Amino acid sequence: MSGVRTLVDLLAGRRDADGLAPRDWDGVIGAARAEALLATLAHRLADAALPPSVAALFADQRAAAAVARAQALWEAEMARRAIAPEGIAFVLLKGTAYAAAGLSCAEGRQIGDLDILVGWHDIGRAEKELIEAGWEWVKSDPYDDAYYREHMHELPPLIHKARDRMIDVHHTILPRTHRVTPDALAMIGDAVVADGGFAVLCPADMACHCAAHLLADGDLQGGLRNLWDFHCLTRDFAAADAGFWGELDARAALHGLRAPVQRAARLARDLYGAALPPGWNRREPRDGWFVRRLLARDDWGRPTHFALQQAFYIRSHWLRMPPVMLAKHLWTKWRKG
Amino acid sequence: MRHSTRIAVGPVQFRIGSDWRAPIDALDRLYAGYPKDMARPADATVRLFAARPWRRWLRPSVHIGGDFIVPDALPLPLSMGLLAAEMGMNLQVALGWRRHMLLHASAVARDGRAVILSGESGSGKSTLAALLGEGAWRLMGDEFTLIEPASGDALGFPRAVSLKNAAIAEMAARVDPARLGPLLAGTPKGDIRHLIPRADAIAAMHEPARPALILFPRFGGAAAIEPMAPGEVFVRLTEASTNYVALGEAGFAALARLVRETPAFGISYPDSAAGMALVEQLWAEAVR
Repeated sequence: MSGVRTLVDLLAGRRDADGLAPRDWDGVIGAARAEALLATLAHRLADAALPPSVAALFADQRAAAAVARAQALWEAEMARRAIAPEGIAFVLLKGTAYAAAGLSCAEGRQIGDLDILVGWHDIGRAEKELIEAGWEWVKSDPYDDAYYREHMHELPPLIHKARDRMIDVHHTILPRTHRVTPDALAMIGDAVVADGGFAVLCPADMACHCAAHLLADGDLQGGLRNLWDFHCLTRDFAAADAGFWGELDARAALHGLRAPVQRAARLARDLYGAALPPGWNRREPRDGWFVRRLLARDDWGRPTHFALQQAFYIRSHWLRMPPVMLAKHLWTKWRKG
Repeated sequence: MRHSTRIAVGPVQFRIGSDWRAPIDALDRLYAGYPKDMARPADATVRLFAARPWRRWLRPSVHIGGDFIVPDALPLPLSMGLLAAEMGMNLQVALGWRRHMLLHASAVARDGRAVILSGESGSGKSTLAALLGEGAWRLMGDEFTLIEPASGDALGFPRAVSLKNAAIAEMAARVDPARLGPLLAGTPKGDIRHLIPRADAIAAMHEPARPALILFPRFGGAAAIEPMAPGEVFVRLTEASTNYVALGEAGFAALARLVRETPAFGISYPDSAAGMALVEQLWAEAVR
């Protein structure tokens, strides 16, 4: 069995770690590293019987993830100090939000950039305050800069000159040119405050954003990790609130995200063994392509199924912008090499 | 991948895969004397690959990949496949290893205590350590020295020493030719030839050593010793560490303790003999 399949089975709890031969771990670890799931797996198997060298590697991963989490939360605190005194409300998104809210998917989760959401009307002021506090532009290319400002759902990325950490300031969760337009103001208005004092999206919106990020805005690179987030979020929210799936459906309808949310739920069922309520538990033939794409990784951590990856890459652009604009964009990018 | 091998250096078990046989054969010859555990899962994966299928035969060039990649790294011609493998192994350790604090430094040990030599490329730290390793010292490594956060001990990483340019002739005059790898002429780093550490150094590669001395060698100029204040040592070693920031508080504690407990000096030396004499002199004072 391939390493990436075994990885999914181990995360889902369908397979016991002690059933693996020592050398099976190479493929599992290789795929998990490539999918940014190694420390997640290390947490999942914290109490499992493992070969000594795997146990040691996993302990390293858990320790490193704890440091990375503290650093990510510190970065959120730095952003808060830069923009909150000006009365700009902001909501943490993705990995930093999961860590700030103490959610189970944050255990071992790699956190890259700091992602925050601010209201459209506040975006100019937020940018100014961040630059005053030491963040700088990364993109120097005028086309890219203008593209971000006119068409994207976030400012061009900023990087802090002393700490070398990136911040993405979003004003909505999908590109402005995307076929779907979620209600960002409703997301900000209904945000909840986590224990540490940071605002995060309410449970249903958090799951909506996760599904949109996984299926509506990208070519599914790193999709296994995003799907693991979705699986953990929906499982835990449903366990805490029996009405969660209904709220999620209503909220997804409000944002125009019912299709990606339902597909994410089915994929979480098919790969991670999620239990879905009646009404969600359908079969959809096209899901098979998504499963194949999510598992396109060999035992050396290399991507496989080149044509399928390309197809999903084209699909991501197709969703993101209308055809004429896409043609113009690709033409400009191609001429610039 | 088509061809692969496994190599254990210090605490790291590598899995190295390649689209070509030659780099794997060269690695197997160089690391034949190292302990081999084919059943142990790998800690780090290195991939040597052709960017396009036809480039396996047509002007073959070796791209370096693995668990961690450097996006703009230039490929090397297949004749330098061994260098590509070495760079790939270093890269995985530098970017991926978290169990210890990594210092980009060579080290030698005697009686369970270590001399750590830190410096830029060209400072002579590798040559000095290799030369000392042919005498009364155990070579711990020429590239990385690992500091265990809990104990403060140094651990070795005695990979095959990467001799460069003038150091090749200097070592070739002293060691059994069977311990030298093939000459890689005209690489981006100049001429390179690998030296297999002595069998006793390989056998002792898991033995920790207490840091006794930190030296910052500088090749060239009159022989001189310059005591170094802890603040400067600390800053220099943060720059010499590839994972200091990633280790967070544990890295800070390990480094602070190392600097507090270990005397440090800058040394300048006109030739290897003078450099070795300075190390012996400072060692005698440090362990007295």
